[in-house]
Amino acid sequence: MAFVQQSSPHAHKARPTSKVMLWVILAALPGLLAQTLFFGWGNLINVVWCIAIALASEAAVLKLRSKPITFVLKDNTAAVTGLLLGLSLPQFAPWWVSAVAVISAIVIAKQLYGGLGSNPFNPAMVGYALVLISFPVAMTTNWAEPALLWDKAPGFGDTLATIASGQQTAVDGWTMATPLDEYKHKIATHTAEEVLAHPTFGNGFARGWEWVNAAFLAGGLVLIGLRIISWHIPVAFLGSLIVMSLAFGSNADEFAPLPLHLLAGGTMLGAFFIATDPVSAATSHQGKLIYGAGIGILIYLIRSWGNYPDAVAFSVLLMNFAVPFIDHYTPPRTYGHHKARRGFSGGGRS
Amino acid sequence: MPSTIKLWDFSGGIHPAENKQVSTRRPIQTAGIPGQLVLPLQQHIGEPAEPVVAVGDVVLKGQKIADVSHGMVVPVHAPTSGVIESIGDYPVPHPSGMTDQCIVLKPDGKDEWCERFPISDYRTLERNQVLGVIHSAGVAGMGGAGFPTDIKLKPPRDRKVDTLILNGAECEPYITADDMTMRERADKVVAGLKIMAWILRPERCVIGIEDNKPEAIAALREAIQGTQIEIAVIPTKYPSGGEKQLIQVLTGMEVPSGGIPADIGVMCQNVGTAVAVSDAVFEGSPLISRVVTVSGEAAESPGNFEVLLGTPIAYLLEQAGLQQDRVSRLVLGGPMMGYTLNTTAVPVIKTSNCIIAATASELPAPPPEQACIRCGQCAEVCPMELLPQQLFWHSKAAEFEKAEHLNLFDCIECGACSYVCPSSIPLVQYYRYAKGEIRVQRAEQLKADRARERFEARQQRLEREQQEKELRRKERAKAAAEAQALKKAEAEQSAASGEAVDERAAKSALVEQALARKKASAEASNAKAAPPSEAEQEAPDLDALEKQFSQAQSKLETMQAMLEDAKAQQADNVDKLERAVAKNHDRVKRAEEALADARKTLAAQTEPQSIK
Repeated sequence: MAFVQQSSPHAHKARPTSKVMLWVILAALPGLLAQTLFFGWGNLINVVWCIAIALASEAAVLKLRSKPITFVLKDNTAAVTGLLLGLSLPQFAPWWVSAVAVISAIVIAKQLYGGLGSNPFNPAMVGYALVLISFPVAMTTNWAEPALLWDKAPGFGDTLATIASGQQTAVDGWTMATPLDEYKHKIATHTAEEVLAHPTFGNGFARGWEWVNAAFLAGGLVLIGLRIISWHIPVAFLGSLIVMSLAFGSNADEFAPLPLHLLAGGTMLGAFFIATDPVSAATSHQGKLIYGAGIGILIYLIRSWGNYPDAVAFSVLLMNFAVPFIDHYTPPRTYGHHKARRGFSGGGRS
Repeated sequence: MPSTIKLWDFSGGIHPAENKQVSTRRPIQTAGIPGQLVLPLQQHIGEPAEPVVAVGDVVLKGQKIADVSHGMVVPVHAPTSGVIESIGDYPVPHPSGMTDQCIVLKPDGKDEWCERFPISDYRTLERNQVLGVIHSAGVAGMGGAGFPTDIKLKPPRDRKVDTLILNGAECEPYITADDMTMRERADKVVAGLKIMAWILRPERCVIGIEDNKPEAIAALREAIQGTQIEIAVIPTKYPSGGEKQLIQVLTGMEVPSGGIPADIGVMCQNVGTAVAVSDAVFEGSPLISRVVTVSGEAAESPGNFEVLLGTPIAYLLEQAGLQQDRVSRLVLGGPMMGYTLNTTAVPVIKTSNCIIAATASELPAPPPEQACIRCGQCAEVCPMELLPQQLFWHSKAAEFEKAEHLNLFDCIECGACSYVCPSSIPLVQYYRYAKGEIRVQRAEQLKADRARERFEARQQRLEREQQEKELRRKERAKAAAEAQALKKAEAEQSAASGEAVDERAAKSALVEQALARKKASAEASNAKAAPPSEAEQEAPDLDALEKQFSQAQSKLETMQAMLEDAKAQQADNVDKLERAVAKNHDRVKRAEEALADARKTLAAQTEPQSIK
């Protein structure tokens, strides 16, 4: 009788990567639902379109690289990248902008670096930053107006037709600047009270956006509860953003107030779904705290003194750069050693 | 005993399904005497023992059958009476499935003991005498590593053991051998522990046991009545039974990397070892059997068995009702750190604690390896606080220096990282590979260093010899020149001093001649008394021949190497080289023959002398 020959351990109880990614997708659904309720069909259409492009481009590269296509696609990571882009792109972004974002995310940021696990940068954010810089008009003018403000809400067909038309700018009556954009560009010449009178701001919050952010926060807490992500990055991310806002942004006539920072932009999506991408984040707990805090600080800096109203993509990418450095200086102290061995001296012994 | 002992926690850890209940339903049963016992000469860490019996010998139960007087060895004893059937290579329990020297005993069924010498009060003996008793009973650590117990109980003089820990954690799933031993033989466990404590004189003596063994805890609590022994009930978490982790949980201290527990004044002993020590002292019985858990879904009646060492696993599995058609994987040890067997012919040895006959659904093959997503779960469960992900990365890339720098050798291979890996990466296997490669590299480096040292020493010696030779030559030349000068001066002098002097010179010449004659005759008589051996006369000749031979041989070797090179490169001088090699071959042969002849004659000449 031939017995199975296997190296220990013989018992396994892991949540496979595919399931981890599936949970990420499920936890993002409340956010998508809120987006659809408050901003129309745009995000849903974008999500479906982006996932389709993500899977197709991943399959194409895998074929070129002679890798097993279905085996890799089943890990659901390409789908997550598509989903994240669909959730973060403007509702009426033309189809080709989404396509460029997704293809550059999957092909350039992920597969050209060696595929899953080898990419130093968050693929979705590479795609997002690329289209944000390349197509500023399409990326700033296509944000849907909160559904409550629409005289006649664009139906599914209208939205699909607008996206599919490929026009850089959508119908004027349907779109509106994002609250962070509005605040950033008006506050230089107006008082906070005047700025907040704009209909995009509800009762001091950002209409619709607050619910979207709350939904992503809820989904993120589920992920932490399921131990799919650890609390370190989101807590450090939000914590540093709050600290920065309290320290520098007390004057509402100068900078956006704290509630807007937390609930108006892509903050919660960024904190729980984007910055926590394990591949491009720091690994140790200490490193994750530094990494998350760095993103929060950068977001505040860019939003307050930079040219962009929201800054999740750039902040995440900048901190991705710093990950090897952070990891280098934050190894744990191994049992039985006096202190952690920092970095690599090259000689093998230090 | 109030359980207010302060406990610490170790980093990481996992909670795998325990699967322990199945094998604790029945008390420990005796497995019986199989038709054949296969006893490996090495069941411990150290050097193998050597047989002290011969094939055909009749031995009694408990009789020593293998031993070595020195080194890290523990003796092996006959587990029952019978006849030594053979001594040779048989499959032994080892991850590689290798064979090793074993003594095969055919039991005669009488189970007749040899004479035993129980000690009722060991306190009347010297500590070294008790250690001797433990040694000659063949006791080696029964927790897995098999370190000779008597050596372990004799830590270096500067390492005082303050805390003696009895490891009853048994954190691996499935295994219940220690649990059942503690439940049923708590008195022996405590007795053995007391002997070890008497030898070591620690300040603290504590039994560490996971809280999933309430029966064993109760039994031990009763057995320690009236002693200073403490019982520490620790939370169930794998691998709390790892020596380093248990020490951390019970003392809050860490064993320094590369050190031993005695470095921080701690020693761990296993439950089964304590029983073996107790039996060795109070009964005079050597270690000839042990408790083994047989479990797994393919075993119809799983449980714990008292098994004679050397019992083939096939026999033991039969006792537990193995369902041949259901078993897919045989694991010796636990599911986290055990290894698979490829045959049931291997015997139970001193370190075998568990056999799992698993079905395919029970321990399914892991799914194919996927890319690492750097999720860091491996680092979170690592009890040694390593960076499993980076170690994997460097091991896979064969960057062994970097892996070593990240403390690869502190990995205890507990398997927690592989257990939780979402990408199903066999991490431990990568670490074993890297460790193996590094060990090979180190061995090769050592070999190369030694060769270099030898070469350099030889170069130095040759140089020195050359210099000495040169010096001697110069001295000779100088002496010759001086003599010449003297002669010349004398000639000139004599020419100048005339006849008188000449006469004196002639006289002195005559005297010198006479002296020379006398000396010559004395030498001749000396020579007659002890003629210079012909071997001495032959010796230079033999040396020369030897030199000739070795020169020819080395030339042939270079030629052959050149030829091979040429062949590999398909050079056009292959023919020429081939002829040269053939020629050199002949030369070597001739030289060899000449040398052989010379040796033969030499032998013929020296032999009669040596007889004389």
